[in-house]
Amino acid sequence: MTEFFQYVVVGLANGGVYATLALSLVLIHRATGIVNFAQGEMGMFATFIAWSLITHHGLPYWGAFFLTLLIAFLGGVAVHQVVIRPLGRGGAITVVMATIALLIILNGLAGWIWAPAVKIFESPFPLKVLDVGGVVMNVQDLGVIGVSLACVVLVFLFFRFTRLGLMMRASAVGPATSRLLGIRVSLMLSIGWGLASMLSAVSGMMAAPIVQLDPNFMLLILTYSFAAAVLGGIDSPVGSVVGALLIGIGISLLSGYASSFLGTELQLPVALAVLLVVLVVRPAGLFGQVVVRRV
Amino acid sequence: MSLPSPGLLPRAAVLIAVPVLVVFLPKVQDDFLNYRFAFVGIYLIAIVGLNVVTGYSGQISIGHGAFIAFGAYTTAILVSNYDVGTYWTIPIAGILTGIFGLLFGLPALRLSGVYLALATFGLAISIVLVAKRFESFTGGGQGKQIDLPSSPIGGVSTNAWLSYLIWAVAAVMFGAAWLMLRGRLGRAFRAVRDAPIAAVSSGVNLAWYKTLAFGIAAAYAGVAGSLLAISIAFVNPDTFPISLSILLLTGVVVGGLGSLQGMLLGALFIEFVPKWAENLSKHLHYNEGTVQPSVIYGLILLAVLFVIPGGAAGLLSQSAAALNRARRWLYSRADSRATA
Amino acid sequence: MALLELSDVEARYGPIKALHGVSLRVGEGQAVSLLGANGAGKTTTLRAISGTVRKSGEVTFDGNRISRRSPETIARLGIAHVPEGRGIYGELSVWENMILGGSTRRGRRAIKSDAERALGHFPRIAARRKQQAGTLSGGEQQMLALARALVSRPRLLLLDEPSLGLAPTAVQEFFRVVRALNRDEGLTVLVVEQNARIALASTQHAYVLEVGRIALDGSSEELSRHEGVRASYLGY
Repeated sequence: MTEFFQYVVVGLANGGVYATLALSLVLIHRATGIVNFAQGEMGMFATFIAWSLITHHGLPYWGAFFLTLLIAFLGGVAVHQVVIRPLGRGGAITVVMATIALLIILNGLAGWIWAPAVKIFESPFPLKVLDVGGVVMNVQDLGVIGVSLACVVLVFLFFRFTRLGLMMRASAVGPATSRLLGIRVSLMLSIGWGLASMLSAVSGMMAAPIVQLDPNFMLLILTYSFAAAVLGGIDSPVGSVVGALLIGIGISLLSGYASSFLGTELQLPVALAVLLVVLVVRPAGLFGQVVVRRV
Repeated sequence: MSLPSPGLLPRAAVLIAVPVLVVFLPKVQDDFLNYRFAFVGIYLIAIVGLNVVTGYSGQISIGHGAFIAFGAYTTAILVSNYDVGTYWTIPIAGILTGIFGLLFGLPALRLSGVYLALATFGLAISIVLVAKRFESFTGGGQGKQIDLPSSPIGGVSTNAWLSYLIWAVAAVMFGAAWLMLRGRLGRAFRAVRDAPIAAVSSGVNLAWYKTLAFGIAAAYAGVAGSLLAISIAFVNPDTFPISLSILLLTGVVVGGLGSLQGMLLGALFIEFVPKWAENLSKHLHYNEGTVQPSVIYGLILLAVLFVIPGGAAGLLSQSAAALNRARRWLYSRADSRATA
Repeated sequence: MALLELSDVEARYGPIKALHGVSLRVGEGQAVSLLGANGAGKTTTLRAISGTVRKSGEVTFDGNRISRRSPETIARLGIAHVPEGRGIYGELSVWENMILGGSTRRGRRAIKSDAERALGHFPRIAARRKQQAGTLSGGEQQMLALARALVSRPRLLLLDEPSLGLAPTAVQEFFRVVRALNRDEGLTVLVVEQNARIALASTQHAYVLEVGRIALDGSSEELSRHEGVRASYLGY
């Protein structure tokens, strides 16, 4: 039984990493109607910047953390203004293709700037282990759960209780009306992209101590986060977080109990197969709303 | 005096130029270029199929590499395990992959947009991992080797022979697609994409056409995969990374969604531009390292998206429209002079 | 000098020309109606004012030329456009809609008190402030759209076919409030309507638009006795 709880804790930690990235995907989709395939790479790039700030510029961890968030925010705004907005006229697939191009560019850029040698990203959490009633937990994992949870809650509070958050929500669901009310819609969308970029930076920085820091480290995480966002319903922030935690815990349990059968290769396909089954039953995800088209 | 309609001229040019090039290039160019040209043909078949499902019927597929892998492995397994004649495997791979596509299309019916994108993405990743797992059948991580077919025509190199073979198949499949899409099927697909509700009220069976689109696209990819396996004489899981699916989608978008002619340019783009970016990167030095080719390739792709959002086909129709305007201006000048 | 002046405004949707040179004026404190049949170009005229359609010609507001400004800027200058179909945020609550009405302003407290005051005109929806706006009836949504527009303290209120889809009693109620706002608070209103009777009864001046051109121009009283107007728009 203690084994079970250990798997769950690890699963929650992974789920936390997926949750912040999945939330950013949902934010973008609600605001601009597309999936930003470059979201993982933006987080990766931010994480490299954080690493560089700590290693080459000697900043303390949390100083680098928050400075990176600021840089990530500005980066997200820039991407929206320079790449996404001008291409808006081209149609959804053109914009999606642009995010894929961005993915390719960022991946190559990171490999070029920070050379191929693998980096070690130190964790801000002590390398201790807690024993609670026989269940052995890493402080590292608890720390990741804590930070991820804090970010998600802050984002929810922001959208629910601030005027800026309200205006951003309005811009996402009714851009034409919002313009008539004097809301600068494109600015709101850019801020949304900035916020999403910050979330993906958090995801990257939480994942980096566990996985090795190289330009490709966020690709698999993006896949799971994308799956989580879809599982929860691509327009549902709550859904994406729930989906992420489910996937994190699910994978952890699977790899714990069924490792001989699955091996490491089949983890992802099995997860995606389960997702596909869920989608067939609920085509708009667990919390999504199906647009009913009765003919 | 009347000019031929502007749309006809570029199309006629392409229809004449391509067979001429295909027949004469191998004699003129160096043999390695034949090989690359053969790949253009393979990509062409694949993205014509992908265009049917994504461009014409509007179902986004980011996992087309899965069907290529299926076709390639079909050929490899039939040839090595069961001693089937290499060329026979081409249509067999096409049919089997097509059935696979139909089977995938059925559950995919309930999905749309983002959800479908994820499902196709998942398929592409999974099929490779499944191939790795079932070693005895697929050769696992090591893959399977098959013999390179030698050219049956004397004096023609293997590469040139491959080029002829592939382009012959490509011509047939391109023509078949053109015939299919100009008639009822094409209209039905476009209805599925643009006005599904109206389509259903007109008696179009949405489910059937959506699934059919997947089946056709898969069949084309299966043939392409089979030809791929024959060309490189080897398949293993690493031949089909997710970047292959992305490359194919890039080809369709650059060529022009929903345009068959554009696919030719799309195939040329995805074969030559990434390699060209690699070459370019070797010559550019910055600080210690060389510029990564992906940065150059990504920037080129972004530039293409900005400048010609409708893809190459968009560019063609824009120039056709410009030609049209020039024509009308010429005629109006002539008219006003006549009445003066 | 008129608060709002349109001078020879032409507008098109792609290749189709909707307005063929419209000129009209709205004086400060006036209530003006713009009448016409379906497709005459009434909605397009309002869009030309609020900056949401491509156009040529001059639009002047309070002495400023706003012909080339963006919709957001025009809203910030004090023009509140309540669009066709009301433009309510269905997913958000009534109260959240109201607060969004004050997006051009600063000062949370001031916005809140103005929102309360605006809701005071419409007790029926004030009682439902926590409800999702999409669950309100058509008439209630129209009231909400009007209330929301008031939160921005507009200098000019543009109403696009408010009676559309509303029950007769709701229409009466709505225009009663409009008349009160114009009379008691001096709010300048330009209302576009197919329901000529109620529009003429609620305004001082009126224009009739036909196929993208102003066909008639006069006081609402005159126009309600005009033969052509009576035949085509008033039904007798």
